[in-house]
Amino acid sequence: MPRPGATWSVTLEQLAQQLVNGVLIGLVYSLLAIGLTLIWGVMNVLNFAHGDFLMIGMFLSYWLYALAGVDPLFSVPINAVALFLLGVLIYRFVISKVMKGPPLAQLVVTFGVSIFLSNLAALIWTPDFRTIGHSMLTGTWDVSGIELSIPRLVTAIGSVLASLGILWFLRKTRTGKAILAVEMDREAALIMGINAERINSLSFGIGSALTGVAGAMLATYYYIYPFVGGTFGLICFCIVALGGFGSIEGAFIAGILVGVVETLGGYLLDPSYKLAIVFAMYLVTVWIRPQGLRGW
Amino acid sequence: MVGVRDITAKQMTAGGAVLALLIVLPLFCSPFAQHVMILTCLIAMCGVAWNVMGGYAGMFSFGQAAFFGIGAYTSSYLLLTFDVSPWIGLVAGGVISSLLAAAIGYPCSNLRGHYFAIASIAFAEIVRIVFTNWQMVGAAEGLTIPMLKESLAHFMFHSSKLPYYFIILAFLLLALAVCRWVSTSKMGYYFRAIKEGHEIAQVLGVDVVRYRLYAIMISAFLTSMAGTFYAQYILYIDPDSVMVLPISVQIVLVAMLGGANTVLGPVIGAAILVPLSEYSRAWLGYKGTGMDMIIYGTLITLISMYQPNGVWGAITNLKRGSK
Repeated sequence: MPRPGATWSVTLEQLAQQLVNGVLIGLVYSLLAIGLTLIWGVMNVLNFAHGDFLMIGMFLSYWLYALAGVDPLFSVPINAVALFLLGVLIYRFVISKVMKGPPLAQLVVTFGVSIFLSNLAALIWTPDFRTIGHSMLTGTWDVSGIELSIPRLVTAIGSVLASLGILWFLRKTRTGKAILAVEMDREAALIMGINAERINSLSFGIGSALTGVAGAMLATYYYIYPFVGGTFGLICFCIVALGGFGSIEGAFIAGILVGVVETLGGYLLDPSYKLAIVFAMYLVTVWIRPQGLRGW
Repeated sequence: MVGVRDITAKQMTAGGAVLALLIVLPLFCSPFAQHVMILTCLIAMCGVAWNVMGGYAGMFSFGQAAFFGIGAYTSSYLLLTFDVSPWIGLVAGGVISSLLAAAIGYPCSNLRGHYFAIASIAFAEIVRIVFTNWQMVGAAEGLTIPMLKESLAHFMFHSSKLPYYFIILAFLLLALAVCRWVSTSKMGYYFRAIKEGHEIAQVLGVDVVRYRLYAIMISAFLTSMAGTFYAQYILYIDPDSVMVLPISVQIVLVAMLGGANTVLGPVIGAAILVPLSEYSRAWLGYKGTGMDMIIYGTLITLISMYQPNGVWGAITNLKRGSK
């Protein structure tokens, strides 16, 4: 493993490289976390199956590529629609049933969905690791000594565009404003005549659709396997909580932060401690600010 | 509240009969059935321990596997390295778990609801990652407990599973006694006050931070004991078998299924869930397809949807309805 080396120039260059890699993966985390924080904020549900939705998105892109020759980049819209529908279905038939139940049941139910989805995927598609061999996106781009992997770069840019798109939707459209209204004050929104049930299923659908978008783009370079969602899901929880309850901007910034800390920390200390560093950062932050970063 | 302070003569007789059955029944069971009963008691004990902090004090921990694992590792490490009896290791593990729980619980004492749940997962994952990389305790390869002559002092039995069963049954009864003591003592009322409303409890003069720490420490100690038992029973531990999130989730699940906030709830939950998952694994899991896990996931989802207050809650409702 390369450690900070003998001379400063080398170290700085490597650090810059790790920083870039961190930001690139961090922007994907941001997109995933925005979906999760939307669900959390609107209906106060922790979706432990979020990472598994991502996994389904990745597999969908894989099969579209393997069976129909569709490049993962073009499967973005297909994924978004498919995952939106899956999210709405799961909300209608599972989540909405526990919304009025005790808080503990709301916490546990999505664990059940997560175990079900990941093992079903393992049953149907085997637990093998797969990759998409020849996406349109390959190669690297050398910018003054820093190597930019094209698929990572495009994935990051796509994630930013999708994040901005969802922010625009929430701020500028009628439906989006209704979602934000429910997030701010459910009771008041109900009095204003907003159909909360519709907003809930819409938010769950949108949150899932974002995992589909991220999944399609991640499929261009990431390993695809049934349990890929576990780690992503846990990281997203830390990001959402770091960014602050239901805060979209908070999730966006925290996503980049986590990506950078994870990559740099893994590089400077030990790659096997990457996740531990992210979790420790979460713990330290909530000790200082129990409500997360929002408000800073 | 279900039978908080007074145990009637009728309940005594019923309890005695159930206990007698639990002692006699395994004598006539197959080794696999005995194994399932042992696991049931083990998970039930963890569920009872979870209940002290989750059910009564309202801190939904999804990180109990950390304490379970530390219990397993402490006794095994002490036995391997210093030849210390697992019984002393059991106490040592409990003390270490409680101290760690207090150290991590103190700064977390402001956290509520989802933030606490995520913090508990983060904590347990950190512990797991540290143990996976820690050479002194075998890192990812884990520890193998050395074979000793079978005896109670060695906490090791080869010819039969029955001694293990009676030990874990005794542990479970101990956990139940602790839980009942907590629920009927002043502490139990403080716990419930904290659960119902942090600020209100504080205003009424409950030292919220202190009592939350008590709940976490009691829970950690009991869970750690279960971990030591597991290590002595299976004789091999690694981070993936004693410290992973699914263990924590299963512990929460038995408490929820049986009825959180009731003394006997987790035992009922474990008695339903553990045999179900063990037998479905034995029947369906052999192909390695994960069919048993799919059923398990479905079960979790269905329980949350249709039985969120637990079986005990449903029974109580029935009783009330019939009166």
